Amino acid sequence: MNIVHYIKAKSLEEAWQLNQKRSAVILGGCCWLRMSPRRTLATAIDLTGLGLDEIHETEEAFYIGAMVPLRQLETSDSLEVFTQGAMKESLRHIVGTQFRNLATVGGSIWGRFGFSDVLTLFLALDAEVDLYKGGRVPLSVFAEQKADTDILKGVYLPKKKRQTAYASLRLNATDFPVLACAVSRTADGVSCSVGARPMRAQVRCLPAGTGMTPDDADRAAKEVADSLSFEDNMRASRVYRHDMATVLCRRLFLQTAGEGRK
Amino acid sequence: MREINRVVMKKDALQLVTGKPAYTEDLAPEGCLIVKALRSPHARAVVRHVDTKAALAVPGIECVLTAEDVPKTRFTIAGQTYPELSPYDRLILDTQIRYVGDPVALVAGRDAACVDKAMRMIKVEYDVQEPLLDFHQAVDNPIIVHPEEDWNPRVPVGGDNKRNIIAQAEEDWGDVDAAFQKADVVIDRTYHTKQVQQSMMETFRAYTYLDEFGRLVIVSSTQVPFHVRRIVATALEIPKSKIRVIKPRIGGGFGAKQTVVMECYPALITLRTGKRAYMVYTREEAMTVSSPRHEADVHVRLGASRDGMIQVISVESLWNGGAYGDHSPTTVTLSGHKSIPLYNRFSAFRFRYTAVYTNTIAAGAYRGYGATQGIFALESAVNELADTLHMDPGALRLQNIVQQGETMPAYFNETALSCNLGECLKRVQSMIDWEHVYPRQVLPNGKIRAAGLALAMQGSSISNVDVASATIKVNDDGFYTLSIGATDMGTGCDTILAQIAAECLDCSVDEIVTRGVDTDTSPYDSGSYASSTTYLTGMAVVKTCRSLIEKMKEKAARMLEHADASELEFTGDAVVDPASGRKVTRQELGNAAMITNDIALEATETHYSPTSPPPFMAAVAVVDVDPETGHIDLVDYAAVVDCGTVINPALARVQTEGGLVQGIGMTLMENVQFDSNGRIQNNSFMQYRIPGRMDIGSIRVEFAPSYEPNGPFGAKSIGEIVINTPAPAIAEAVYQATGLRFTELPITAEKVYMGLKSKK
Amino acid sequence: MKIQYWLNGKVENDEIAPGQMLYDLLRKKGCYSVKCGCETTACGLCTVWLEEKPVLSCAVLAARIDGKHVTTLEGLQGEAQKFARYMGQEGSDQCGFCNPGFVMNVLAMVRELGNPTEEEIKEYLAGNLCRCTGYVSHMRVLKQYLTEKGKGMRL
Repeated sequence: MNIVHYIKAKSLEEAWQLNQKRSAVILGGCCWLRMSPRRTLATAIDLTGLGLDEIHETEEAFYIGAMVPLRQLETSDSLEVFTQGAMKESLRHIVGTQFRNLATVGGSIWGRFGFSDVLTLFLALDAEVDLYKGGRVPLSVFAEQKADTDILKGVYLPKKKRQTAYASLRLNATDFPVLACAVSRTADGVSCSVGARPMRAQVRCLPAGTGMTPDDADRAAKEVADSLSFEDNMRASRVYRHDMATVLCRRLFLQTAGEGRK
Repeated sequence: MREINRVVMKKDALQLVTGKPAYTEDLAPEGCLIVKALRSPHARAVVRHVDTKAALAVPGIECVLTAEDVPKTRFTIAGQTYPELSPYDRLILDTQIRYVGDPVALVAGRDAACVDKAMRMIKVEYDVQEPLLDFHQAVDNPIIVHPEEDWNPRVPVGGDNKRNIIAQAEEDWGDVDAAFQKADVVIDRTYHTKQVQQSMMETFRAYTYLDEFGRLVIVSSTQVPFHVRRIVATALEIPKSKIRVIKPRIGGGFGAKQTVVMECYPALITLRTGKRAYMVYTREEAMTVSSPRHEADVHVRLGASRDGMIQVISVESLWNGGAYGDHSPTTVTLSGHKSIPLYNRFSAFRFRYTAVYTNTIAAGAYRGYGATQGIFALESAVNELADTLHMDPGALRLQNIVQQGETMPAYFNETALSCNLGECLKRVQSMIDWEHVYPRQVLPNGKIRAAGLALAMQGSSISNVDVASATIKVNDDGFYTLSIGATDMGTGCDTILAQIAAECLDCSVDEIVTRGVDTDTSPYDSGSYASSTTYLTGMAVVKTCRSLIEKMKEKAARMLEHADASELEFTGDAVVDPASGRKVTRQELGNAAMITNDIALEATETHYSPTSPPPFMAAVAVVDVDPETGHIDLVDYAAVVDCGTVINPALARVQTEGGLVQGIGMTLMENVQFDSNGRIQNNSFMQYRIPGRMDIGSIRVEFAPSYEPNGPFGAKSIGEIVINTPAPAIAEAVYQATGLRFTELPITAEKVYMGLKSKK
Repeated sequence: MKIQYWLNGKVENDEIAPGQMLYDLLRKKGCYSVKCGCETTACGLCTVWLEEKPVLSCAVLAARIDGKHVTTLEGLQGEAQKFARYMGQEGSDQCGFCNPGFVMNVLAMVRELGNPTEEEIKEYLAGNLCRCTGYVSHMRVLKQYLTEKGKGMRL
C-alpha cells in the first residue's frame, strides 16, 4: 500500500487527533484497503494494542471491540448460542479462514459496505455502535450516515432473549452475497434486515409475532421486500434481488418461529 | 508391466509441496529491470501521439518504448507448428488499438514503484473510434478490426481481414439436405458459450538476459518453449540461433501458456538495454489481456428417425476470435471434428464454421480447444432428442455411438482402433444408480433432484503435424537421464514419461532422471498441448529406449569381445550373452563409456502420428435445484474415462477431477461480462468466480481402458477430454429438474429462477 | 521504519517502508514458498501464520508484525515433508503453485480443529483456491493424513 506515515496510536485520543486530518485513515484488517494500491494514505492509524480486540460479555450486552477479527466472532461459543448459529452462518462464507483472521468487525461496520454480511446481521440484532466522540448510536442510524472523522471503538449487541436466523445467496460459496437477509425475533418485535441489495443493508422493525405461520410469513416477507429498493449489478438484477428477499425473509420468519434453529 | 498402470509419486512432488524455489519468479536474478505495459482504456482507437518525456525523467526508468520503437514485422503469438494456421496480424506495439488492454507503451525501470510512477506520467493522445463488440455483427461490418495491408495469413484458412473473417470453411459428407428431409424428428438449436479464463494460479511471467555469448535467454512459464524461440525471433527480427528458452516449473497452464502472451516484451527490453528484465502479469492482466476460451455460437441440427437413430448431424460454429487471430482457425475446427464423430450411424453430416474478428479480448487455447463448445452443443441436442422421443438418453446413445473398429467419416476417415465408449456409458449409469436417479425426484426439503448425461471425446496429438522427441543417456554407474522437449506444467509428464522409459528399460523410475526443457539442449518437441504428451512423446520415449538398448548391446559386445551384438540380451541390469552366461552390468557399461570409448551410450528418436486416437468418456451430473431461488447444488458427478492404458492412475484421476471442476465452473459460475465500452468487468478472482472446494459435491471417477495400438503401451490422451462433459450433463440435469433448456452458459440461479417465473 | 519480529523462530530486524506488505517482505527475505495468485485477497496462496494464526500475507502490513511471530512453510519443513508424501501419493500436488499456502492452512487447521467433519474441513480450507485438482484429491489426502495422525475425521 501507499502509506506515508504509519502510526500505532498510543491512545484513542491520539488516534482521534490524527484522524482529523484529511487523507488520514484508521486501519482495520486492511483486507479492503489494500484493494486500492494506488491510493495514497498520508497517515495510517493503527489501533492495535488499545484493547479493542476483545469480546466482553456483561449481563446487559456483548461488547465487541472494533479490532476483533471476524474469525473471533465466528468461533465465539457464547455468540453462537446467543444467535442460534446465525453469527457463524453470516461469516463462514466470507472468503476464507485466513481472510477472516484479518478482517475486523470495525472495518466491516465502519465501511458500511453494501455487500456486508456483518452489517446485515448486526442490524437485525439491534446493535449499537460505540463511537469515541459520538458515544452509543443505534447501528440503524449509523448505517445511514456517511463516514466522518470519529472513531468506532466497538459494537454493543444488547442481550435480550431472541431467535435469530441468517441466510444469503451467492454465485458461489465464498463470493460476495447476491442477497443477504437476517431475521431476529424478540418478545417486543421482529427485526428483519436485507443487505447486498446491492446497496447497504436496511432493517425493518415488525410487530412481535409477525410471520409465525406460512401465510403470514409470506405476506410479511413481501411487505418487507416491497418496502426496500433494489438495484442491478454484475451479480444479479433488481428483480431477482427483490424476489429473493421475499423468499429468504419468509424462510427466516418461519425458521425463527420454530424452536431454535432448524 | 512393472511401471505402467502404477501410482508413482511425481518426481517434483516433495520439492513443490514443501515450497522450494522452482518457478520463474523464484529463479529470477536480483537486479532485473521491471517491465510493465501501459494499456489502452479504449476498445478501438488510433494512437496519435505518446509523450514519454516526463516518464523518462523519473529516476530509475531505463527505457520507454512505443509503437515507433518496435520492429514492423507482423507475427502471431499462437504457439503452433510452423507454418501456423494463425494469421500474422500482430505487432509488439501497434498504433491501431483493437481492444481494451492493447499495449501502447512498454516501460522498464529498476523497480515497480518507479515504473508505476512513470506509467502515470505518459500522456497518450487517442483518436477514439467506435468498436465492433458483437461477434454476430462482425462479418462485413463497416468497422474493420484489421484494416492493415500487411495482414499476413501464412496458410490459407478462408480468412479475409477486410470482411473481419479470420477463418471460414464448410464440409458436407453425404446428402445432408435429403437426410433432413427424411428425418422424423429434427432438433434445431443454437448454443452460446462465453469467454472462459484458464485461471492457472501462476500468471504469465518471464525473465530475460543476455548470456556470456551475447545470446538472449528467455526463462518463461510456457507450454511451448520451442515455439517461444521461433515467435520471439520473428517478432524481434533476430536469428533464432540468438535465442535460448528455458522452462522452469510452471504454475499451471491449461492452454493459456500455449500462447506466447508476453515473452516478447521483456525480451525486447533486454535486447535494447542489454540488461536483465522481468515481467509478471497481474491477475487483472491475466483476466483481461490474455488468451481465454473463445466465445462461440454453435448451431446444431440433428435429424433422427422415430426409433432414435441419428441420421444426420449439422454443426455450424461462429467463433469470436476477438482482436487477433491467434488460435481461432484451429480451435474452431474442433467444435465439429471432435463432437460429431461420437456418433457414427448417420448417413450425412455437415460442418461449417466462421471465426471472426471483434474489438474484444483475443481468444486462445483452453483445455478442450473448441471441442468443449461443440460438445456442449451437440450433447445438449442429443439429450433434447432423447427427451423429444421419450427415450432414455443412455439407450439412445448406445444405439448411435461409434464402435471400436469402425471408420469415422467425420474424423478424417480414421478408424477407431481403441474405443470403449459403450462400456463408459453403461458403467457411469450404474455408478450413479441411473434407474432411480433419472430423471427427477422431489426431495423432502422441496428441492428437485435430477440427473443429466453426456459423452465426450478429444484427440491425442495433432495428426501428421506434432513432433515429439526424447533423448536418453547412460551415465556413471548406469543411471539414465531422459531429456524431453515436452513441458510438465503440473500434469506430471516428467514422471509419466520416466515410467514409460522405466518399463522399456526394465528398471525403476528412480533410476531415470528427467530433464525438462532448454531449447539449446532438449530434443525438439512441439510442446505440451493438443493432448499430445503421453501419447506422442511417450511413443518417442519407447522408440528411444529401443535404440538405446541396441547401443548398450553394441558396447557390451565390444566389452565381451563378442562378435554379434544381436545375440546378446538386455535384462535391465545387464547385457547378457545367453550362450556363455557372461554379462556386462549396466553399471560397468556406464563407467566404461567414460574411458577409451567410441560408442555413445545415448539415443534420440523422434515421433509423429498419422492418427489422433480419440479418448472417450461418459459422465452423469446430479443436481439439486431449489425451485424458489433457482440455486443449483451439484451433489454428485460420476465419470468413466477411456484414455487407453492408464499409465499413472493417481495422476490420471486428478487430471480428470481437475478438468471436471473447470468444466463445472464454466457451466455454473464463470461469467465474463463486458461493459458497453468493451471492458471486461470480471478482472480479478474477486469478480471472476472459479469453483472453490465448498462448491463441489461428490466427484467420482473410474476408468474403462481400451488399448490403443499406436500409443505407448496402449495409452491415449486424458488432459483435455475431461473438461467437456460438465456443461451438457449439468444443463440436462437442470432441464430434467425444471423443464428449462439452457443453451447459454453459465447457468446461474437467477436464470433458473427467472425461467421458472416466466413459465408460471 | 524499523521492525523487530520473529521469522520462523529467529529474531529479525528490518527497515521497511510504512506501506510495505508482509508478502513482499517475506519474498525479499527468501521465503520463496510464499506465492501470490490474485492481488485481491481471494486465492490463499500467500498464507502464512501470524502468531500461529493463518493469514493472507498480501493483506498484512509489515509494520504490524513488529514484535510478533511469523511462520512460513520454510519454518515447518518437518511437517511439510510428511504431508508432502500424502499429497504426492495421491498426485494432488499437480502444478504445485498453490501447495505451500494450502499446506500452511492445513497445518493450522490440524492445530485448531479436533476431529473435523468433511464439511468443516471444506469450510476451513475454502479460502485456498486450486485450479489443477478440483479439490477432490485434497480430501482423500486429508482423510489419510488425519487418520494416521490419530486425529481422525467425524463422518
